[in-house]
Amino acid sequence: MRVPLSWLRDFAPIEVDPVELAETFDDLGLIVDALERIGEGLGDVVVSRVLEIRPIPKADKIRQVLVDAGGGQTVEVVCGAWNFSEGDLVPLAPVGAVLPGGFEITQRRMRGVTSNGMICSGRELRLSDDHEGILVLAPGPGVEPGVPLVEALGIQADVVYDLDITPNRPDALSIAGVARDVAARLRVPFTLPAPLVAESGPSASTMASVTVDAPELCPRFTGRVLTGVVVGDSPSWLVRRLTMAGMRPINSVVDASNYVMLELGQPTHPYDLDLLPGAGLLVREAAPGEIVVTLDGLERRVGGVPAQPAADCLICDATGAPVGIGGIMGGASSEISRQTSRVLLEAAYFAPMAIAWTSKRLGLRTEASVRFERGCDPEGIERAVARFCQLVVGDGSAPGGGSVAPGLLEAGSGVPPRRAVQVRTRRVNAVLGTQLGDEAVRGYLDRIGFASIPEEAGVHQVTIPSWRPDSEREIDVIEEVARHHGYSRITRTVPRAPQVGTLTPYQRQRRQVKELMAGTGATEAWTASLLGPGDHERVGLSGPYVEVENPLAREESLLRRSILPGMLGALAHNAGHRHPELRLFEVGRVFHPPRPGESLPDEREQLAAAMAWAVDDAAEAKRVWDTLASSLRLQGVELVARSAPGLHPGRTARIVVADTGDDLGMVGEVDPAVVAEHGLEGRVGWLELDLGAVAVAPRRSPLAKPVSRYPSSDIDLAFVVDDSVPAAAVEGALVEAAGDLLEGIGLFDVYRGTQVGEGRRSLAFRLRFCALDRTLTDQEVAALRARCIETVEARFGAQLRG
Amino acid sequence: MSADLSDLESAGAARIGGAATLEELRAVEAEVLGKRSALADMTQRLRELDGDERRKRGQEINEIRARLQAAADARRTEVEEAERSARLGAEGMDLTEVLPGHGRGHLHLVTQTQAELEDVFLGMGFLVAEGPEVESDWNNFEALNMPPAHPARGMWDTLYVRLNEPESTMLRTHTSPVQIRVMQSQPPPIYIVAPGRCYRRDTPDARHLPTFHQIEGLVVDHGITFGDLAGTIETFTTAYFGPAIHSRLRPSYFPFTEPSAEFEVTCAVCKGEGCRTCSQTGWIELGGCGMVDPNVFTAVGIDPEEWTGFAFGFGIDRCAQVRHGIPDMRVLTENDIRFLEQF
Repeated sequence: MRVPLSWLRDFAPIEVDPVELAETFDDLGLIVDALERIGEGLGDVVVSRVLEIRPIPKADKIRQVLVDAGGGQTVEVVCGAWNFSEGDLVPLAPVGAVLPGGFEITQRRMRGVTSNGMICSGRELRLSDDHEGILVLAPGPGVEPGVPLVEALGIQADVVYDLDITPNRPDALSIAGVARDVAARLRVPFTLPAPLVAESGPSASTMASVTVDAPELCPRFTGRVLTGVVVGDSPSWLVRRLTMAGMRPINSVVDASNYVMLELGQPTHPYDLDLLPGAGLLVREAAPGEIVVTLDGLERRVGGVPAQPAADCLICDATGAPVGIGGIMGGASSEISRQTSRVLLEAAYFAPMAIAWTSKRLGLRTEASVRFERGCDPEGIERAVARFCQLVVGDGSAPGGGSVAPGLLEAGSGVPPRRAVQVRTRRVNAVLGTQLGDEAVRGYLDRIGFASIPEEAGVHQVTIPSWRPDSEREIDVIEEVARHHGYSRITRTVPRAPQVGTLTPYQRQRRQVKELMAGTGATEAWTASLLGPGDHERVGLSGPYVEVENPLAREESLLRRSILPGMLGALAHNAGHRHPELRLFEVGRVFHPPRPGESLPDEREQLAAAMAWAVDDAAEAKRVWDTLASSLRLQGVELVARSAPGLHPGRTARIVVADTGDDLGMVGEVDPAVVAEHGLEGRVGWLELDLGAVAVAPRRSPLAKPVSRYPSSDIDLAFVVDDSVPAAAVEGALVEAAGDLLEGIGLFDVYRGTQVGEGRRSLAFRLRFCALDRTLTDQEVAALRARCIETVEARFGAQLRG
Repeated sequence: MSADLSDLESAGAARIGGAATLEELRAVEAEVLGKRSALADMTQRLRELDGDERRKRGQEINEIRARLQAAADARRTEVEEAERSARLGAEGMDLTEVLPGHGRGHLHLVTQTQAELEDVFLGMGFLVAEGPEVESDWNNFEALNMPPAHPARGMWDTLYVRLNEPESTMLRTHTSPVQIRVMQSQPPPIYIVAPGRCYRRDTPDARHLPTFHQIEGLVVDHGITFGDLAGTIETFTTAYFGPAIHSRLRPSYFPFTEPSAEFEVTCAVCKGEGCRTCSQTGWIELGGCGMVDPNVFTAVGIDPEEWTGFAFGFGIDRCAQVRHGIPDMRVLTENDIRFLEQF
């Protein structure tokens, strides 16, 4: 909402400094996006006449221009614009002038020619957006060389505030509404004039009619007939205000309607009564599939939308043919033109929710629809209509002339009565943490039109003004007290929580996993959760997916099933910037369709890591997993060789809980073809964990195990076993056979070669034995050794390698 | 002392002092102090002398032996030290020529920021709550006092998910649905923050990402006031940004809070003086907050007459941007190692 200061002053004597006023707006929640000073910095700019234009040797983009600056003074300037000719009137900023924005004009030499000033474009003067060429002034009385530009153009200095109005404040979508709020805060009087309309001629009801067939969509619909209207251009003061407020002038009648909307917040719509079949307006629900051609020339299909709780509201002529979409946009058929002489002005109150639904569905937001859907003042119609009549017919100063036919045509079920709510001072203080008295509470409210009657000590009956549809409960009124008291004046306190703040075990695990991954050299990435089907296909994944209904692009139409595409993309991005050796990880959600009986997707938080150092491969990924598993104190978790989409079929294992078979994730290597497909080279290790599953996987006991004081004995055993026997299985058998005296076990060598034969390999383990209460004898160790050998040989057909 | 003994001692001392290696020293020791040394020989020959003479000379020889032995021991220490120095000197290395390892990785700036923010609130006795990224319309909008077609829904451009009834399931547009989940699952008092990933149907620019991280706070207890909200925001601001950074609240509108406010913090770039980053205001807008609307309490079955509460929410990414002076937020999602490794 653009609010010129001069316009505000029509309603309240606001004399504070413009910057201070901006602070006041902010403090009231009317947030100032921008403060523009109109006409500032133009004091030194004068009108000049172009006398002569000369080319400059060896310069084809600039020319020398001689201008008459008035008082017989000729000024030579250099100019790069070509849109003017000799004899034109142009603005001249002489040397020493400071233009809006602080740009100071100095004497300059270009291509050997001296420039003693600048002739300016509209944008340089902040008078328009035009920067195509010099602002050529229309000749007229007072537009003479040497005359200050502000005088010649009748520019008055002003300040325009661009306010960001929150959706709960339709009243602030008007100059008067903003003035009311700010006047209350500044403690200056606010006056809203009530224009008087002089009616004459035959009664309006003899010329036109209004009917409402859908009072639930349009509770109040009024019409005013104006006759003998001459449509012309609006007076310059009105054009200036409209322009400052960001609207384009069209003609005196349309401008008056727009002016009233900006000033009072009530949209109105003028019709050419002679172009309205049946000389009347009918408000009804749209029939299914009806087509309306709106003012913007587009055909709009309305009506018959079963999912929409409120019907579309149409404004029709008296024969029932649509002439516009109620409260949103009028039609072209009965538009005001320069030929119009009889005007039927519509001013109505529409049901906000109905407007909201229709506007949203049609994707059609207008100045009118925004105000109606937030809620206009149903009691403000008379004032708005009177103001319109005053502007169009007025006291004769407007070009239109004409007269207002007696009677306001009225239809509909009527507007809702004003609500009253009980407000307790105790509650005000309980919510705000203030110590306000009854008088203070009522004082804040009275100044913004919330009339209050004391009911008993500490309790007030507050009548909500008709322009504040957002306010309907005690809490809403408390907010008004807070706003006008000032948020910054409320004493700050800190509540004491009844508990110690701690992370849940799951949250601690997530932090730990991230730290551990960083410890393995991996850097954390944040890749997109929204991917396209192609991203999934490239890593061998297919649906079912959770799909986005209204994606901005096909590449963002699916919720990811895997972090693999994102990780490979991130590696490729870095490889493209000459950082191919990288380990990346991410902790994030992947999405699967809802489980049976659920309505929301099956979201799982995963750790994913892609390892692309030169040494990296499935083995390195497995070592990273070992680090994680050991630090997370996991126990009873095993690797089971298994292929998975996008991963190397021979170098991938599932990580499963041995006892339950629960899946924790995968470790291995990305399929070389997938690696190459993403423009990467070398091997890429891969680790993927379901953090939810990991959180409930079995852990080592937290109880300390005693450490023996006696010497330990090591034995090394190498077995030749078939390639199909996992090393983990041999190790498991050894652990089982060794029993409680085993202190530690580790695989320390794997040998393949002619000595052991094709399809087999030698696995060498070192076992360390130790007892808590004694030194083991050679005989004891020998017996354990024999038992280990026997077990492995029997179970796997292995041979001890001598 | 007799001249021969004196000569013997000085010759022996010279030999010991001249030994350059431990091996040499061992040989010299044998020669000067060993069984076949001149000294040993003289000791042997003491027998040839009588009483007093013998005792006197014997004492002299013993003294000489002790001094030479001490000289040899001292020399051994010297030589050992010299040899050790030579050995260590030979294996010396230039530590600046060591080839770099891969080193530790880096946590994403958003993760670090989120953890710091969580820690500030953990210190104030809050718990951390979480919820799904895909939400129901009821949790994301309706229970937050936004019935269907509520004008305020236009404040969020929503990405819907093709599940259930049309427009009934969506990528959460804020972390506020976590408030609803928490209030439905436990009675007050409630002190939580809810960080997480959110989504809007939007194109990215320097200050906005369509996928972003938010942290939401919710306090519900007896006697909670707007003053508590303002004090909590201020405590967080100084704890996270430092003592020079303060907060202020401005009236605003959110359907789920009443009164509502947006909160701003002192511009970290100019420390409140006014600069381009803060559009000369000295303040940076960080998030929204307010007292929990009674309708929200009613929707989750909490009695608004008994309990009051406040909620606040702001962007984690935005916080990182403000604190670290990141001109364009899009760098957070590019996963460029040259950016990530700075933090």
